[in-house]
Amino acid sequence: MEIDPLIFRLSIFILSIFVGYYVVWSVTPSLHTPLMSVTNAISSVIIVGAIIAGLSGNPDSIFNTSSIFGFLATALAAINIFGGFLVTQRMLAMYKKKKKDNQ
Amino acid sequence: MISENLSAVFYLISGVLFILALRGLSSPETSRQGNLFGILGMIIAVTVTFLSIGNFSAGFIYVILFILLGGSIGAFIAYRIPMTAMPELVAGFHSLVGLAAVFVAISAFLNPEAFNLGTKGNIKLGSLIEMSIGAAVGAITFSGSIIAFLKLQGLMSGSPIVFKGQHPLNAIILISIVVLIYLLCASQSSNLFWILLTVSFLIGFLLIIPIGGADMPVVISMLNSYSGWAAAGIGFTLENTALIITGALVGSSGAILSYIMCKGMNRSFFNVILGGFGATDSSSSNVNKEQRPVKSGNADDAAFLMKNASSVIIVPGYGMAVAQAQHALREMVDTLKKNDIKVSYAIHPVAGRMPGHMNVLLAEANVPYDEVFELEEINNDFANADVAFVIGANDVTNPVAKTDPQSPIYGMPVLDVEKCKSVLFVKRSLSPGYAGIDNDLFYKENTLMLFADAKKMTEDITKNL
Repeated sequence: MEIDPLIFRLSIFILSIFVGYYVVWSVTPSLHTPLMSVTNAISSVIIVGAIIAGLSGNPDSIFNTSSIFGFLATALAAINIFGGFLVTQRMLAMYKKKKKDNQ
Repeated sequence: MISENLSAVFYLISGVLFILALRGLSSPETSRQGNLFGILGMIIAVTVTFLSIGNFSAGFIYVILFILLGGSIGAFIAYRIPMTAMPELVAGFHSLVGLAAVFVAISAFLNPEAFNLGTKGNIKLGSLIEMSIGAAVGAITFSGSIIAFLKLQGLMSGSPIVFKGQHPLNAIILISIVVLIYLLCASQSSNLFWILLTVSFLIGFLLIIPIGGADMPVVISMLNSYSGWAAAGIGFTLENTALIITGALVGSSGAILSYIMCKGMNRSFFNVILGGFGATDSSSSNVNKEQRPVKSGNADDAAFLMKNASSVIIVPGYGMAVAQAQHALREMVDTLKKNDIKVSYAIHPVAGRMPGHMNVLLAEANVPYDEVFELEEINNDFANADVAFVIGANDVTNPVAKTDPQSPIYGMPVLDVEKCKSVLFVKRSLSPGYAGIDNDLFYKENTLMLFADAKKMTEDITKNL
């Protein structure tokens, strides 16, 4: 009997939780705010599902209920992706300047 | 159009890049590179999705349009937002992740063929379970974050909203969510799907209203964690490795931050979630509240004390963020340093409204990060310091946490500010902090209260130095 692919995905999931656990404990407390904004940005990789939904319409009817929700989700996730990464970049640039001042 | 195996490999690569993005945050030097890894991972994930669908018809243009629309809104916000508003921004972003998860789940439910999940009314059982869990958690994240956002933004009172029968009601709703998911999977009924979403929105709202302003660091971290679990749920539905890895990373990241914040307040996670903290104690603290004498001074007195000090420790708190006093503070510190006075900053884990809030503000004001210390690193230094300058912090300096077992904050780790030779306490009035308790520090012999707006007072002190 073959192993259900779900089990593989579950394995990835569980192992990623452990990776996340160790990686996040090593984050320095002074960078906890950038950590939150960057996790925000990367969790918006949900845009992948939104794009699939948006492209699900056929050429005759690009807009059906399902694809409209897809388009909306695409926009929401895009706000997060651009906003999240850029604001993180902006914050981290401030920490960078310090280093130059000091050394 | 690329093969499913190839796209799965690329999704895996982007998942690994996201891990590296978080890894980079272990030190400020590597953090910017980490952020670039994150951006690269996102570009790969989006590109692969387009290639694997391979449908560049009219719908494609609309998807690009919506990405550009959302992207420009996001970029605009990212550049314009003041650093003091980071907690609101993060809460707002969480709500968007939650809502996006809900929308994706809705469209997968309405059009399962597009996602290879079976046909309408006959969705694969496993996918339906994953989808409904993702949708429910996403909805809770959305409405919970909206409440957190309103509270942080001051559009809604920061004080806890409690009513009778709150906990039983929440428990019933949570149980009904589980029952609804079960019934939904058994019947595939779309009505149950909409009811499930409505109830989940409702519980998110009800879970956050009883939580007070000072507990916001825990709430934000918790919602961060939820947004991750919601993404993971959708990732299982879409059988997408990048989403599963990211969801797990974000979920555990938020959980760890919540744990750190709870430890910073010496409270259990459940105690915070059950809420109502600060709503009930105000009455009890009024009982023994006789008028005790306080010493108050002006900028001149403060400048005199600091000029004669050899070391000063700054204790910033949420009040500094509200008054936008971080730049004025840095200027004051520059003047002190010119007079050969040693200055360092002490940050309590729950200072401000989100993890690391104070560090970002100080970084914005060009304070070198090696002058900024965490509670454990600096707490022993207060005994040897001449002046502690408390600006906008309150509960995290309250010695009652160490002395009075009756106090609601008893056992919370606090900064040993009272051990300093003298304490300067900038505050607008004697009103208690968010925990609703009087701060003993105000009445100590060696405390000088400076009643003023934090920014104005700091500027005045600089003038007098």
